[in-house]
Amino acid sequence: MTPIPAPPIAWNALLPILVLAGTAMLVLLADLLPPRESKQHLGALALAGIIAALVIALVRWGTDVCGFRDMVRLDGYALFFDIVIAYAAALVVLLSMDYLRRRGAESGEYYALVLFAACGMMLLASAGDLIIVFLGIELMSLSLYVLAGLFKSRRQSSEASMKYFLLGVFASAFLLYGIALLFGAAGSTNFERVAAAAARNPHDTLLLIGVALLLVGFGFKISSVPFHMWAPDVYEGAPTSVTALIATGSKAAAFAALIRFLTTALRPLQPDWTALLWILAALSMTVGNVVAIAQTNLKRMLAYSSIAHVGYMLVGLVAGGPQGTSAILFYLFAYVFTTAGTFGVLTLCERTGGTPEPDGDGAVDVREYAGLGRRSPALAFALTFFLLSLVGIPPLAGFFGKFYLFGAAVRAGYVWLAVIAVLNSAVAAYYYLRVVVYMYMREPEGAAATLAPSFAGGLALAIAFIGIVLLGVMPAPFVELAQVAVAPLLR
Amino acid sequence: MSTSVWLIPAFPLAGALINMLFGRLTGRRASWIAVPALLGSFLAACAVFSRVWHGEIVTARLYPWIQGGEFTTAVSVAVDPLTGVMLLVITGVGFLIHVYSVGYMHDDPGYARYFAYLNLFVFSMTMLVLASNFLLLYVFWEAVGLCSYLLIGFWYTRPAAAQAGKKAFIVNRVGDLGFGLGVMWLWVAVGSLDYADVFKAAGSMEPATATWIALLLFMGACGKSAQIPLHVWLPDAMEGPTPVSALIHAATMVTAGVYMVARSHVLFERSGVALDVVAAIGVATAVFAATIGLVQTDIKRVLAYSTVSQLGYMFAAVGIGAYAAGIFHLVTHAFFKALLFLGAGSVIHGMNGEQDLRKMGDLSKRMMATTITMGIGALGLAGMLPLAGFWSKDEILAAAFFGHRRVLWGLLVAGAFMTAFYTFRMFFLAFFGSPRMSREVAHHVHESPRSMTWPLVILAVLTTVTGLAVGIPLEHGSPFERFLAPVFARLEEAHSPVAALALAVLSVVVVAAGILLAWMLYHVRRVKAEEVGQPRTWVHALLLNAWYVDAIYDRLIVQPLYALSVLLARAFDLGVIDGIVNGLGRAVTGWAAGFRRLQTGFVVNYALTMLVGAVLLVGYLLTR
Amino acid sequence: MGGVGEERRSLPPTSNDPVGLNAYLILAALVFSVGLAGVLTRRNAIGILLGIELMLNAVNINLAAFSRFGGDLTGVVFALFTIAITVAEMGVGLALVIAIFRARRTVEADRLDLLKG
Repeated sequence: MTPIPAPPIAWNALLPILVLAGTAMLVLLADLLPPRESKQHLGALALAGIIAALVIALVRWGTDVCGFRDMVRLDGYALFFDIVIAYAAALVVLLSMDYLRRRGAESGEYYALVLFAACGMMLLASAGDLIIVFLGIELMSLSLYVLAGLFKSRRQSSEASMKYFLLGVFASAFLLYGIALLFGAAGSTNFERVAAAAARNPHDTLLLIGVALLLVGFGFKISSVPFHMWAPDVYEGAPTSVTALIATGSKAAAFAALIRFLTTALRPLQPDWTALLWILAALSMTVGNVVAIAQTNLKRMLAYSSIAHVGYMLVGLVAGGPQGTSAILFYLFAYVFTTAGTFGVLTLCERTGGTPEPDGDGAVDVREYAGLGRRSPALAFALTFFLLSLVGIPPLAGFFGKFYLFGAAVRAGYVWLAVIAVLNSAVAAYYYLRVVVYMYMREPEGAAATLAPSFAGGLALAIAFIGIVLLGVMPAPFVELAQVAVAPLLR
Repeated sequence: MSTSVWLIPAFPLAGALINMLFGRLTGRRASWIAVPALLGSFLAACAVFSRVWHGEIVTARLYPWIQGGEFTTAVSVAVDPLTGVMLLVITGVGFLIHVYSVGYMHDDPGYARYFAYLNLFVFSMTMLVLASNFLLLYVFWEAVGLCSYLLIGFWYTRPAAAQAGKKAFIVNRVGDLGFGLGVMWLWVAVGSLDYADVFKAAGSMEPATATWIALLLFMGACGKSAQIPLHVWLPDAMEGPTPVSALIHAATMVTAGVYMVARSHVLFERSGVALDVVAAIGVATAVFAATIGLVQTDIKRVLAYSTVSQLGYMFAAVGIGAYAAGIFHLVTHAFFKALLFLGAGSVIHGMNGEQDLRKMGDLSKRMMATTITMGIGALGLAGMLPLAGFWSKDEILAAAFFGHRRVLWGLLVAGAFMTAFYTFRMFFLAFFGSPRMSREVAHHVHESPRSMTWPLVILAVLTTVTGLAVGIPLEHGSPFERFLAPVFARLEEAHSPVAALALAVLSVVVVAAGILLAWMLYHVRRVKAEEVGQPRTWVHALLLNAWYVDAIYDRLIVQPLYALSVLLARAFDLGVIDGIVNGLGRAVTGWAAGFRRLQTGFVVNYALTMLVGAVLLVGYLLTR
Repeated sequence: MGGVGEERRSLPPTSNDPVGLNAYLILAALVFSVGLAGVLTRRNAIGILLGIELMLNAVNINLAAFSRFGGDLTGVVFALFTIAITVAEMGVGLALVIAIFRARRTVEADRLDLLKG
């Protein structure tokens, strides 16, 4: 029997992921050491790993490595997303430390799972093959399912986790079926070869069904209408810090894989999926925004709003080309800071009138935020800015994100879609600003949110705040970065 | 040497940041930072203006802002005569109002916050007029709106103030939506947003494109400058502190729309239609708001509707191509309306917060300085010779007359009559006749402190002399017009002096008639408080309710939208999707009892929705 | 190095297979549909999990069949990945079921309705 030659291992192509995975193991090991009063050191360790991954991604900027038969690519595009994901993960870890401690839910597994989820996300960003897409999605999702149910005794948390899991696996089944059919049609799961096959026979039935089913899976992960229904329930039920990770990192990663898949593997089918995404974008924006208006639970409102933001980003994908695609990257960068900041404020707010109930959810009702402007001016000020950025008020990050996205759509000739998008952002202003009105112009009746001081949380908010202001005041260099990142995709 | 240009916005920005971040430290001393900041800004503006006066166009560039592909925009500013004039008005009137606020707000717990917002506003407003491209303009267009929103709702514990703030913001969003689309379209059409490029390209633009862009931009102007149909927020905005009403909702921010239309006049002229729309909306608003002003009983609401009406005059002016006249009216209006608002503030201050004209009367005895300066302001607003308002309004009327817009001219003259009437109705009701306030209030009435009366005196002087100094039309237009000539590249053609004189005389007569009528009805006759502001006829009722515009909006837009939202939230997520599931379930139970368990609960509903989505996706891709 | 790999991936020709590719695809589709029906009709969370398991196995049939008839080993390797991941998924799923049973004393999916709207 001839020995099977060991395939060459391209460590370089996996470096940031390996660092994160290694840190996750370390966190698990360190958790076994004699218990201390607090587990903050585990959070710090996780943070160090994330920062290391971030530094690696920054240092390697400008390089392009392929490995494992082109299954994994660490090019500018992947590095851009690695940076975004590292920021998201770092902010979430910072936000979690005191949030979990106040609820007595600190554990080593938590940080390890966050790191594993981040590994999955980075894998998705580097995926050049459908197998890697599948592995990345599962690694990310399995960690998130567990994280969503972290507050075991809280019924909403376990319910959210169960729903997320059942629907997530259901969506994975569609995704996998789609991958199988695509493999049958193209004879390979590699993006480049799928592209070649699609170019030969773009209207192969097997191929088209496969693509549609794959889009169902992706649609679930990015929570686009009509695959969005899990999002509000899970966002509401999961611990707020986990919600922040689901809303930022997992969305960014799913978009990373979706964009690369559509623009490289399915370029021959561009007219088909563009028309499809046009409808999904319009639906997502409209349903998300309109339903958000009627919400009083902030986490739920943000869930619907995040569905709307997915719609905006799909507009960029419809527009396509370097401008549309780079606009999504920029938007995601801005979105991560804004959303992490918004959820961050929620993690720092507790109901007054008693200690936080174990596994409780803190202050999440908009009415509890009445008068926050006077009780904690700095916090209210920060939340106002994050919400204004979500509205898209210049000169904050959200404005330029929308500006580039809708501008690209108009340039590409999708004027009506841009009009729908702009109308939607006008509607969205209503529910975001209602929160601001409550904070500054109402007095609380009954329970009220107050600041639960936390150094790490404050640091996270400061980072997010600087992020949205910086991206708003000088967007030019970051847009250039995004354009460099998407260049290899569109060759 | 362009540093002094940056000083104009930098001073108030620094003041705002200090008071915002260290408000607890500065506290009562917030004005020590805010007021000198405005003085510095004003002096810097004067320095820049003197260079512009000598024919220089001052420009400065901070850093490239957006660099992507074919589209580049820098954070850069330019000062030409138009901007120079605006800067002087903003920083000058702004400074006076800051000084006034020291007295007016001195007991308010939010002292530092107030000055922080006010400084922030001046910063945004100066940047708005300094901007040399549409994107920067748009950014600060939104920023001044934000400041306005914050200041309207400054006393947020009052529900009316919070409500008014929200209303202002929502109505402005409608306008800004148009403005944003207009800017975007400009970018698509021209490929640049720099004023220089846009106005160069506008000359050869398709007139239809120009019309659409201009109308969208004008939509923004309608929101910001409270023109029909977006005028509804301004009267409610009076819930804010009175100096704010004077600065933002009379003198500066609300005129941003006029400034923007004048600034982009090349684009509007290319369209032609757009200019006519501007003129029509302006005249309609001028008359419409004046009619409402006739019957108001709240002193600030009278002034608010008069502001709406006067803004209509400015739009009418730029709409018929008399840009310089429109801007001149903007300047004089800033002086006399700020004066009137500050005077009204002084009255309110003296009367312990009372704003109802029916409970005033005979204040002239106790508040001499306020009465005299208010009187000058009222004459200025009415447009009486030789005050500033006369010259600026007369030029608008003359431009309409000689531009062969006789219908518009007639309407504007009617508006002038009403303006004179309601201004003096207010004046007589407040300061003369018999006192109608309660005994305690009557005992309390006092003149305001020096810091409040001095700004009134200075504004009164400005109202008196501005017209005589720069507004008298000579052979080649007034000095003001000639100064602005490089911007608008067009002078009013000379018309026969006899006709011009006749128009001026007519204008004086109309104003005098209005004042006389007010004098007869509200001074000669004894005023009965219970009769003022009572709907005696249906016309009265119509005017008192501001033509029911708010009620109509509520019925036609607000309520249906809210109902739709609730419907979609409840019905779409629970009803329709459940309905589909239930309906499907029922259909299926008809022929297979085993499938009855389809309705298993919510997770399953979600799964089913996904399945339906998947089927639709597959179907769509296959049938394409 | 690439050449060696390419060679190793091919399988013997399959021209004399008694049932064609389509038979496998139809079988997979049927299994998938049965699983789907299970997901949509079961009230019990474990029942739903079983349905999903069937759907995932349908994928494996497809992958193996395509691999066999396309002459490319990728599919079979992919199927191994799928099986491994599915096991992990079921592990997590059952753990969640236990957690929810502890909190609520029920695993009926239609009782999970605290979160809605």
